[in-house]
Amino acid sequence: MIRKIASYIGEYKKNTILAPVFMVGEVAMDVLIPYLMSFLINDGLQKGDFQFVLKIGVLMLAMAILGLTFGSFSGVHAAIASTGLAKNLRKAMFSNVQGFSFENIDRFSSSSLITRLTTDVNNVQNAFQMIIRMMVRAPLMMIFALVMSFVLNAKLASIFLITIPVMAAVMSCVIFGAHKYFKQMFEEYDHLNNAVQENLLNIRTVKAYVREDYEIKKFEKISNKLVDLSKSAEKLIILPTPVLTMLVFGIIIADGLWGGQLIVDGSMEMGDLTTLFTYAVQVMMSFMMVTMTLVMVVMSGASAERIVEVLNEETTITNCENPVMEVKDGSIVFENVGFSYGGDDKLVLSDVNLSIASGETVGIIGGTGSSKSTLVQLIPRLYDVTQGRVLVGGTDVKELDMHTLRDNVSMVLQKNELFSGTIESNMRWGDENATDEEILRACKLAQADEFVQTFDNKYKTHIEQGGNNVSGGQKQRLCIARALLKKPKILILDDSTSAVDMRTDALIREAFAKEIPNTTKLIIAQRISSVQDADKIIVLDEGKVVGVGKHQELYENNKIYREVYDSQVKGGDDDAA
Amino acid sequence: MPPRPRAMGPRPKMEKGRMKEVLFRLLGYITGVYKIQFIIVILSVITAAIGTAVGTGLLKNLIDEGIAPQIGKVHPDFTRLYEVCATMGAIYIVVAFVQWLQGRLMINICQGTLRTVRNEMMEKMQNFPLKYFDTNSNGDIMSRYTNDTDTLRQMISQGLPNMVSSFLTITVVFISMLRLSWQLTLVVIVFLGAIIYMGKFLGGRSSKYYVKQQDSVGKVNGFIEEMLTGQKVIKVFNHEKNCEEEFTKLNENLFDNASKAGIFANIMMPIMAQMSNFLYFFIAIVGAALIIKGVIPISLGVLIAFLQYTKNFTNPITQVSQQISGVVMALAGADRIFKLLDEKPEVDEGNVTLVNVEESEDGTLEETNKRTEKWAFKKPLEDGGFELVRLKGRVDFDHVDFGYNEEKLVLKDLSLFAKPGQKIAFVGHTGAGKTTITNLINRFYDVGKGKITYDGIDVRDIKKDDLRRSLGIVLQDTHLFTGTIRDNIRYGRLDATDEEVEAAAKLANADHFIRLLENGYDTVITGDGGMLSQGQRQLLSIARAAVADPPVLILDEATSSIDTRTEAIVQEGMDRLMEGRTVFVIAHRLSTVRNAKAILYLENGEVKERGEHKDLLALKGNYYRLYTGAFELE
Repeated sequence: MIRKIASYIGEYKKNTILAPVFMVGEVAMDVLIPYLMSFLINDGLQKGDFQFVLKIGVLMLAMAILGLTFGSFSGVHAAIASTGLAKNLRKAMFSNVQGFSFENIDRFSSSSLITRLTTDVNNVQNAFQMIIRMMVRAPLMMIFALVMSFVLNAKLASIFLITIPVMAAVMSCVIFGAHKYFKQMFEEYDHLNNAVQENLLNIRTVKAYVREDYEIKKFEKISNKLVDLSKSAEKLIILPTPVLTMLVFGIIIADGLWGGQLIVDGSMEMGDLTTLFTYAVQVMMSFMMVTMTLVMVVMSGASAERIVEVLNEETTITNCENPVMEVKDGSIVFENVGFSYGGDDKLVLSDVNLSIASGETVGIIGGTGSSKSTLVQLIPRLYDVTQGRVLVGGTDVKELDMHTLRDNVSMVLQKNELFSGTIESNMRWGDENATDEEILRACKLAQADEFVQTFDNKYKTHIEQGGNNVSGGQKQRLCIARALLKKPKILILDDSTSAVDMRTDALIREAFAKEIPNTTKLIIAQRISSVQDADKIIVLDEGKVVGVGKHQELYENNKIYREVYDSQVKGGDDDAA
Repeated sequence: MPPRPRAMGPRPKMEKGRMKEVLFRLLGYITGVYKIQFIIVILSVITAAIGTAVGTGLLKNLIDEGIAPQIGKVHPDFTRLYEVCATMGAIYIVVAFVQWLQGRLMINICQGTLRTVRNEMMEKMQNFPLKYFDTNSNGDIMSRYTNDTDTLRQMISQGLPNMVSSFLTITVVFISMLRLSWQLTLVVIVFLGAIIYMGKFLGGRSSKYYVKQQDSVGKVNGFIEEMLTGQKVIKVFNHEKNCEEEFTKLNENLFDNASKAGIFANIMMPIMAQMSNFLYFFIAIVGAALIIKGVIPISLGVLIAFLQYTKNFTNPITQVSQQISGVVMALAGADRIFKLLDEKPEVDEGNVTLVNVEESEDGTLEETNKRTEKWAFKKPLEDGGFELVRLKGRVDFDHVDFGYNEEKLVLKDLSLFAKPGQKIAFVGHTGAGKTTITNLINRFYDVGKGKITYDGIDVRDIKKDDLRRSLGIVLQDTHLFTGTIRDNIRYGRLDATDEEVEAAAKLANADHFIRLLENGYDTVITGDGGMLSQGQRQLLSIARAAVADPPVLILDEATSSIDTRTEAIVQEGMDRLMEGRTVFVIAHRLSTVRNAKAILYLENGEVKERGEHKDLLALKGNYYRLYTGAFELE
């Protein structure tokens, strides 16, 4: 996992190496300066040698400036390296997601993908910076300070041999203990957020059923549990500080007692003692830093894992070798097609055999959950069949180049999206180089031009994210126009006119018949009137084709079709037809 | 440790006065419940700061009195050294203990305060009028529970004690320094001014890049969100390459700004760190010079101790400067939380309650605790008694005016009636006011002018909870709760048995698909039921209403995503359940409303046509045109 993430450092390798290198320089200065301070005290101040004090002082100044320079350089490189890594990770993930098939997309929900590309990358970026700065700085500080202590006075420094293991023991207890609670705490946080989110989405339901108190209690239960878990975790987290205080000052007292006698003996100088005090603080502080940083890095491990999951996800649909680069015509054939979303267990489509000629208009009717959408999504290879095969223009879709296939099969999805931009820029999704005339024609065909013309800015009208500033029916017509601009051989409308009134719906179909007669048109609809005039109507029920034929035949011979028809026109009124 | 990495925005702007107000209110929360604990924390902080300072000060005694006088003696006397060390030891044990105590109490205070704030927010929020939710975005409300509470947590648990202890340390160290040598202290102050100026300068620069970075973050996140949500559309249009190009541009831009912001933040650290070294050698040189020249009458031991203090001095100052921005952010968060808490709850002045009744043969009603098929409104009388009014389900709108905002009236002088036991349908264009009517009946919103009566009682006189309990509502957008399918249906009536739940599901024609799910009724729904289709969710929501078995039912586009054949089955079931009770139906699909007893065609908040399906068709008016497809709905 770490190797995988590290491989995205890429062009920032130089920065990644330089950051810790400069850090070594800064640390060196940080530890040398106290050493100089002891000189300053011993040979300067104690002896009243001002010249010496000045000399050491200037040296210290130089070192401080050097330290500052090194530190700054390290900071610069660390910032570039970590933000660079984040950039590369985002780019790689985004690009991998672009290659995802529908199956891959279904596996990760879009909200989870968003978190991975934003929050998780951010966590890894911070952890990475920690690693190349703090994980270098703190251990180095500790080692340097330790070494210097031993150089100054090995006897006194040996006290560390006791204090460090004690601190290590305390820290590891804390980390192991807290890890468990923190994990639970994070989960509880998710529950809490989820509870709030649900209440906001469901507020009408909550109020309509007078469940306010029920929801408050539910929330309080989660909130209390979260507090309990947080307390347990934090109780452990506060332990290191007092322990550290005790140890640091324990060392100082021990140094004072022991060192005092050594000084009186004449085997140690006064300045060394104060310097040792400084190092004592440094050693213990950096030791705590190391462990704390370690905790943070470990905690970001979960984020790294989630990122790697996306990066390692291989798209389930790829081009075959030597794909066919041309779609001959708009004919579609289903041969013994079966499909299941998971694997082989539950087939949502089975034994589908269909043959659709180029240029035909085909209606598809079926109840909630009859797999109408699934059926048509197999045509542009948004999913791969589990059994049998699908042929477009006489070629198995698996042998066709995906890009070519999808350029020739234009689909208006049931859950459709417009993107922020203008109407025009949305239209150009269908054809980047479309002329204004072409856009106008497509919109006229889709009966969208009429309302676009009523907008102040016409085709330059701004569309909000998701197309939320146009009505449902308008959005559907714009989506149809966008699909038309691809000039496809096959056009699929998946319940794309449900919010459009019947007259406009009829006008769209009429325009299709007149203007794009050679395009194969597949229309999924709930309204019988949308498919009634089709060359062929396919009736689906629970994943099986239970009838194919024209309206009249089906009405006479197909029970399900007749029921659907009756449910819509019952009440005995011919006007509905 | 922060529970969630939070998006840090640019430092929010707040008025000074408001900031003070928020701070005091926040302190009120903290000290209100945890007064004694809080006092102990403050005392602990003070003790720790003083203890540390005194302990450090003792180092001077250790050297000057414990060691120095004994140097060169053949039989050194270490009594003083032992004394000093023992004192120091005692002090440090106390310091360590109060540090722990402070941390431990702070957990109680901080987590307790957070719990109070969170629970209070939820409690208040549940009672807000619907208008609040319609005018504030979910994300915005949500962030009060997440980001804002989190900044609060950081401030209470770390910011406050750190600030207090830093200030104390600064004061104590400052006094100690003054006592050692006022002349050297003066030098330190001058130096300090330079540090603060430096910090301000760098801080200003870095916050400029910080704002830029946040801007880019917003753009990249927005793009990611939009594109990943529309990922399937991207695939269908072969638009992957274009998307990637666009993303690369934004991503590079983010990198540019983020790295610059990062660089500034990163070089702050070494600069601040070296400042302390500069100060040290500066004092050493100046001090030594002054002592040697005899300008200031202090010993070298004093200078050494003084040098130790200077180290303790810069640290808390940098800390305070870092904490201040955190505190400002937390106060802004607290401000948003308090604003939520200060919102006005729904008004409920009603005193009429809903009760189950039994009807004796002579037609008199008697209140009962049993679930009967009969309901009555219990109306308090002036003499202290009660009157029971049989709930029949007659609803009258009497010259009602209503608008969601003041500029635009949605309903204008609307009068209409629904007879008890009838199925009433509303049809009409978007904005005609169909949903608004139901929003008014159950008092999600209150009428502007005129009144609505329910069996002759003004709805404002009925206790809100009871009014709503008498009305079952199924909405078009069905959101589900995390929990099992069974829990979700049972939401309609918490004491429903498993059999009742399943019977309701059967009635809603949901039983079939539920049984096909892996765990049937015990299948756990997560993420708003993403695995279910919109149609299936609507069926569940109808089952939820069926289990509630309300006296009056409102179906607001409740079957819009269900195919017409299934819808017919569901309708039949619901009609059976609601036989003799009033049902309101809103739909744009005419197959849904056709069998209603009365269809009201609405236009611009007015009833234009009223009658049965065939009457309205015969009228050849708007309904007729709607039905034959001359209008667009939705």
